[in-house]
Amino acid sequence: MTATAEIGKARLRKEDRHLVTGRSRFTDNMVLPGMLHLAMVRSPYAHAKITAIDTAAAKSSPGVMAVLTGADVAGEQGSLPNAWPITPDQKAPAHGAIAVEEVAFAGEVVAVIVARSAAAARDAVELVDVSYEELPVVMDLEEAFTDKVLAHTALESNLSATWVFDSAEAGTGSSVQDAIDNAEVLIERTLYQQRLIPAFMEPRSTVVDPTGEQITMWSATQIPHILRLMLALTLGIPESKVRVIAPDVGGGFGGKLQVTPEEVITVLAARHTGKPCKYTETRSESLQAGHHGRAQVQRLKLSARKDGTVTGLSVNLLADMGAYLGLVTSGIPILGAFMYNSIYKFPAYRFECHNIFTNKTWTDAYRGAGRPEATFAIERMMDELATELGMDPLAVREKNWIRHEEFPFTTVAGLEYDTGNYEAATAKAVDLFDYQGLRAEQKRRRDANDPVQLGIGVSTFTEMCGLAPSRVLGSLSYGAGGWEHAQVRVLPTGNIEVVTGSSAHGQGHETAWSQLVADRLGVPFENVEVLHGDTQISQRGLDTYGSRSLTVGGMAVLAAADKVIEKAKVVAAHLMEASEADIEFAAGSFTVKGTDQSTTLGEIALATFAAHNLPDGFEPNLDSDATFDPVNFSYPHGTHLAAIEVDTETGHVGILKYVCVDDVGVVVNPLLVEGQVHGGLAQGIAQALYEEAAYDDAGTLVTGSFVDYLVPSAPDLPHYITGRTETPATSNQLGAKGVGEAGTIASTPAIVNGVLDAVRHLGVRDIKMPCTPSRVWHALQDAKTTGGVQ
Amino acid sequence: MIPSAFDYAAPSTVEEALGLLAAADAAGDDVKLLAGGQSLLPVMKLRLADPSMVVDLGRVAGLSGVTDDGDSLLIGAMTPHHVVATDPLIARHVPLLAQAAATVADPQVRHRGTFGGALVHADPAGDLPAPVLATGATFMIAGPGGQRTVDAADFFEGYFTTAVAEGEILTAIRVPKYTGWGSHYEKFTRVAQQWSIVAVAAQVRVEGGTIAEARIGLTNMASTPLRATAVEAALAGGAATADAIAAAAAHAAEGTDPASDLNGDAAYRAHLAQVLTKRAVLAAVGL
Ligand SMILES: Cc1cc2nc3c(=O)[nH]c(=O)nc-3n(C[C@H](O)[C@H](O)[C@H](O)COP(=O)(O)OP(=O)(O)OC[C@H]3O[C@@H](n4cnc5c(N)ncnc54)[C@H](O)[C@@H]3O)c2cc1C
Repeated sequence: MTATAEIGKARLRKEDRHLVTGRSRFTDNMVLPGMLHLAMVRSPYAHAKITAIDTAAAKSSPGVMAVLTGADVAGEQGSLPNAWPITPDQKAPAHGAIAVEEVAFAGEVVAVIVARSAAAARDAVELVDVSYEELPVVMDLEEAFTDKVLAHTALESNLSATWVFDSAEAGTGSSVQDAIDNAEVLIERTLYQQRLIPAFMEPRSTVVDPTGEQITMWSATQIPHILRLMLALTLGIPESKVRVIAPDVGGGFGGKLQVTPEEVITVLAARHTGKPCKYTETRSESLQAGHHGRAQVQRLKLSARKDGTVTGLSVNLLADMGAYLGLVTSGIPILGAFMYNSIYKFPAYRFECHNIFTNKTWTDAYRGAGRPEATFAIERMMDELATELGMDPLAVREKNWIRHEEFPFTTVAGLEYDTGNYEAATAKAVDLFDYQGLRAEQKRRRDANDPVQLGIGVSTFTEMCGLAPSRVLGSLSYGAGGWEHAQVRVLPTGNIEVVTGSSAHGQGHETAWSQLVADRLGVPFENVEVLHGDTQISQRGLDTYGSRSLTVGGMAVLAAADKVIEKAKVVAAHLMEASEADIEFAAGSFTVKGTDQSTTLGEIALATFAAHNLPDGFEPNLDSDATFDPVNFSYPHGTHLAAIEVDTETGHVGILKYVCVDDVGVVVNPLLVEGQVHGGLAQGIAQALYEEAAYDDAGTLVTGSFVDYLVPSAPDLPHYITGRTETPATSNQLGAKGVGEAGTIASTPAIVNGVLDAVRHLGVRDIKMPCTPSRVWHALQDAKTTGGVQ
Repeated sequence: MIPSAFDYAAPSTVEEALGLLAAADAAGDDVKLLAGGQSLLPVMKLRLADPSMVVDLGRVAGLSGVTDDGDSLLIGAMTPHHVVATDPLIARHVPLLAQAAATVADPQVRHRGTFGGALVHADPAGDLPAPVLATGATFMIAGPGGQRTVDAADFFEGYFTTAVAEGEILTAIRVPKYTGWGSHYEKFTRVAQQWSIVAVAAQVRVEGGTIAEARIGLTNMASTPLRATAVEAALAGGAATADAIAAAAAHAAEGTDPASDLNGDAAYRAHLAQVLTKRAVLAAVGL
């Protein structure tokens, strides 16, 4: 596919004008006549029995219309959905939106106040008297695995499920045990993925209007379609009676890929009062009770030969579910299972994952979902191997990666990578970075015993994007498919409406889809309107996550546009009295082959609308639908290089230079790609250096506000040097891959590898994330006292 | 983020404000003074504080601004951080205060938050108390019994507590001039917009290659700001050289009692105090 006028053009985002001029419509902006406001009463305890709830004082507080407890709604609230039972015997506690008998994390809702104003609702929260009987808490993942303390009294074990992939059993490779037994070099490490909080900009908010025959919900969600279906199933409402609207949504990062207790509670409140109800969380509630991400212990064994050839990898994972299974909580580690082998072609691989309950907020999708964890593990291990063998980290990677002429390549995890060129991306990154120059500077500082040491962090990555081929999801017992739907409508004026099922929440779909359609139909970019995020406008869809929008949703848009052209050709042939076979379409015009006779799509649109002169039997309508189910994932990849300065006096880590070369295939809009890369890098760097959801021993979230949960801002981040190589995907007609998660995936290991490269010669072997100044300094002190030998 | 309901008054004189405080106290009301609101409003919104009455000092005349008063400057309690950071008199005579005020939060907070509010709030991690302590300022406090003054050394009493009693108002801070001294505020944080993990305020007078006098304040090394007296003593009369300064800075953790939290344990803070003291003094003498 070659670049055209539209594809590849760095267009400014269409959606920004209303956002930056304050004409946005977020859920919290919704005001409906007679609307009531909700406030949640949340458990301060991480694990306790609810022995009594006295709501009398709250009920008689001014403005309060209703107070609902778990007992009040036990018969109707159902259990919040988990759509991904990874094994047939997966265990999960019942998960009512309002706790009925027991709370299992601090922040769980125990009652809701419904009042005439948000202030009245908030005032009444303090008047609800809940009696708790505290139960022992289990906070630490490794301790939870021992079952000494149970996170739920109703479950006999904290283990939800164990899931195994073994390349020898799957027939995709050989036995890891053999590889380990015959290893010339064996690297064993335990790595920790701290808990992160998605920290989207717009807190979650829901409005439910129960008036009329249908329930209408506005919600700050990534998944209006899935939410509609799940609400119907959870609450026993016919799906046809539920309409979900995701208006402007201010970011999600996976954090709004959820069916939340608060959404269900808002429906219940609206149902009980018969009035429209609104709930908007505070930032503290968002940090405490919105789902978290990551939180894994990765126990790794990598076997290799002395020349640096990796022979096998064994991964034994403990994954922290938190207290409950959310929508896809249990499947997150599984999304990583296919990525530990990354861009490498070693022959033996085994992955074993234990999903474990603790008394913390539940985890679920967070940007990259499983894949950043996998990439971090393998890229850290590649550096460990390089260190062990005294090799350059890039050389170790090159020795093991799939060479470009070896594609398509079936990996040891059983995926078929269609295309890729790791050599090209790495060469470009090395060049932009001045790799040799920085290595020389590193040596100079080491020799001079400079207090500020320099480290060079390397990370390559690939990921499976474009979630997902429905059959693959089926084979992993996921509860739905992975297709996407689109409709292209031709208005009488010739203007185009594109309806997409992938609901954007900051990505810029409106701009990119307009470019796709403008290009395909030959109409001006400005004449394309993109509609999304309302289940009554876009009836079919599977929403936005997993870097799927362009590679799946975009392909549905193109397929629908192609159908429009086919229909219009029939009319064009009729109007120009030519045979359909002689009609050619280009740049918005239908021409009779070999003549100068032509007509435009706009003229055909009008003729079709008037329907005065159409072929016999032709439906007067050019609108077309398409549903696209990918046959394969797409596999973007890239090489990231970070020059890291570690102040050995304070432990402070600075980023001197950051270069990334990403291969995301054909680019529709380089500005949108750049934006995704920048934001992704910030989030990946944040995991390496800044963010961690920390709890105390009693189960209270210590990082309950942005004073303590440190999200970096512009001054904390370096100027990024970004480059691209373009190896088109063959799994879709455009050649596009995904870019939503790329930066997040590769930057975390690049930074941590850089930190360790700066201080390894001083005896430091590992530093847990986030690599805070205090942790770095303590690691240096420990290395000093052990003489650098461990 | 909705505070409990409260009564609100906006007096126009200090006397009127004191009267409101006294009346509220007599009525058993829990009353709070509001300055820039940058510390008070967040705790009210989180419902960690729920005063029944708020007395806003924002319209009281004469509480804001910097004036030259001979060998000292008078800084009104309601002077915003932004003014402290940019005022020419402060830049000339006590640049340390400007340097510290410029590290507070972000421009929005600096335009709202006040010098006096930050000092009365007395957050151990706050950036103004240690520099003010290092200057040996005096605090002018108005109360039911009239005006009194308190020395900086006696002002900070503990976590979030100062010599300003209930019913009293801090009106101004008198800061001696340190014209010609070198100064620097060295603040250490993990991200740009953060309270100090540890910070060091340094003022030094150098005479012909020798440090004649040094005044060092420590932020967040105890429940109150501290003077690093051992460092001051070690520096005084010594050479203004990197080695001598480093040797003196090694005393920085003496007599401190830092907290342990997510940003670092006490041992780390004790170490940081030394490194940052060295850096602050080096910068203050221009090395
Ligand atoms: C996002 C954010 C980041 C911040 N970062 C920093 C930082 O990095 N470093 C830093 O030092 N500070 C920081 N601050 C705090 C800021 O400096 C505040 O402005 C300051 O702590 C309080 O000043 P204020 O004028 O806002 O006081 P208020 O919040 O109005 O009052 C604080 C307390 O002092 C009392 N009070 C105020 N004035 C008087 C008076 N004249 N007499 C008697 N009592 C009085 C009030 O009753 C109240 O108890 C930050 C604040 C925010 C919101």
